[in-house]
Amino acid sequence: MIVVLRHPRREIRIEGSRRVHALLAELELTREAHLVIRNGTLVPGDGLLEADDTIEIRPVVSGG
Amino acid sequence: MKCRTCRGPAVIDLPRHNANFCAEHFFELCRRQVTKAIDEHAMFGTDDRILVAVSGGKDSLAVWDMLVELGYRADGYYIALGIGDYSEESREITERFAAERGLALRIESLRDDHGFDVPTAAKVTGRVPCSACGLSKRHLFDRAAREGGYDVVVTGHNLDDEAAVLFGNALRWDVEYLARQTPVLEAGDGFPRKAKPLVRLSERETAAWCILRGIDYVIEECPMAAGNRHLQYKELLNALEEKSPGSKAAFYSGFLDRMSPLLADDRRRDVLHRCVHCDSPTGGESEVCAFCRLVERTRGQEAVPVEMLVKKKSRSRTSRRGD
Ligand code: SF4
Ligand SMILES: [Zn+2]
Ligand SMILES: [Zn+2]
Repeated sequence: MIVVLRHPRREIRIEGSRRVHALLAELELTREAHLVIRNGTLVPGDGLLEADDTIEIRPVVSGG
Repeated sequence: MKCRTCRGPAVIDLPRHNANFCAEHFFELCRRQVTKAIDEHAMFGTDDRILVAVSGGKDSLAVWDMLVELGYRADGYYIALGIGDYSEESREITERFAAERGLALRIESLRDDHGFDVPTAAKVTGRVPCSACGLSKRHLFDRAAREGGYDVVVTGHNLDDEAAVLFGNALRWDVEYLARQTPVLEAGDGFPRKAKPLVRLSERETAAWCILRGIDYVIEECPMAAGNRHLQYKELLNALEEKSPGSKAAFYSGFLDRMSPLLADDRRRDVLHRCVHCDSPTGGESEVCAFCRLVERTRGQEAVPVEMLVKKKSRSRTSRRGD
């Protein structure tokens, strides 16, 4: 799957499918500080991300 | 995962509520939390005229959206800070948000209306950008509310912001700041009432509100924020939250319930007089308020590009109290 990351915006490729929780853990991202977006809506923690999905991991922590 | 309320497919898991929700019932939960904060702290009523301080970020747009949806009379107020592309983008997004919904938005520009911008002020004063920025925002919000006849200024501070500020204030045992850290500050001495209706929502929740409602907000951060203490505290608290969901809310609400009342005596304001230039309330010796002094010092200075400060800043860690 293609994973879009932010700050700055960039893309990485992950082989195979994953649950949202597993993907965040693999990338060492805190669940409380991120949301996963697919086709304009959110995918919950146990949601399955397919190998051919394009998803965005959106950090939610702001500094100001 | 199923929605706790309707058993339909969930879009978000909220560990601190030990539950999952579909979009519709997530919205319901957010509205309930905001209504509860407004009522519990007597923030404002449906007759009050509200001025929402909007930055184009998720929190301020979410709070504006929620207040309008809940039937409050809320206008927006945006300050163009002159922080390069970040300011350009956030202004466009804020203007579009207001235009699409037919909401009243007042825009004030530091550069056009007061002759300076945040990077230039930082250079001239030799202090971190957030210092001049915070000072300008507080001053202009107050002034805009006073001049526009608004009853209350609303900001988008969320649970994470408040917990991080509380953590910082407690680390220093800064009693004066702790005493003033309440979800609503009463009007007085020429200052408007100030309220934070999002204190019961985490920033993951306010971001989710925007995404699920289709609200376009500025995702990239202010380049001046990188690495500041406020962000470090948030990271620490989120690490704790991950292990023990509900920690942030318990920390902050415990403070409000059990500690804040004990500090009521420390909540007095300084003795104030009026600034001879702008009529704003101000303390201290000077006849002129801190904002007007800043305007004076920066007058005629050449504009400083943002990049210069960002580079300089990454070498020196900065501290803020989260304004
Ligand atoms: S991070 Fe600092 S400079 Fe940037 S908007 Fe916030 S207070 Fe202003
Ligand atoms: Zn539901
Ligand atoms: Zn003044």
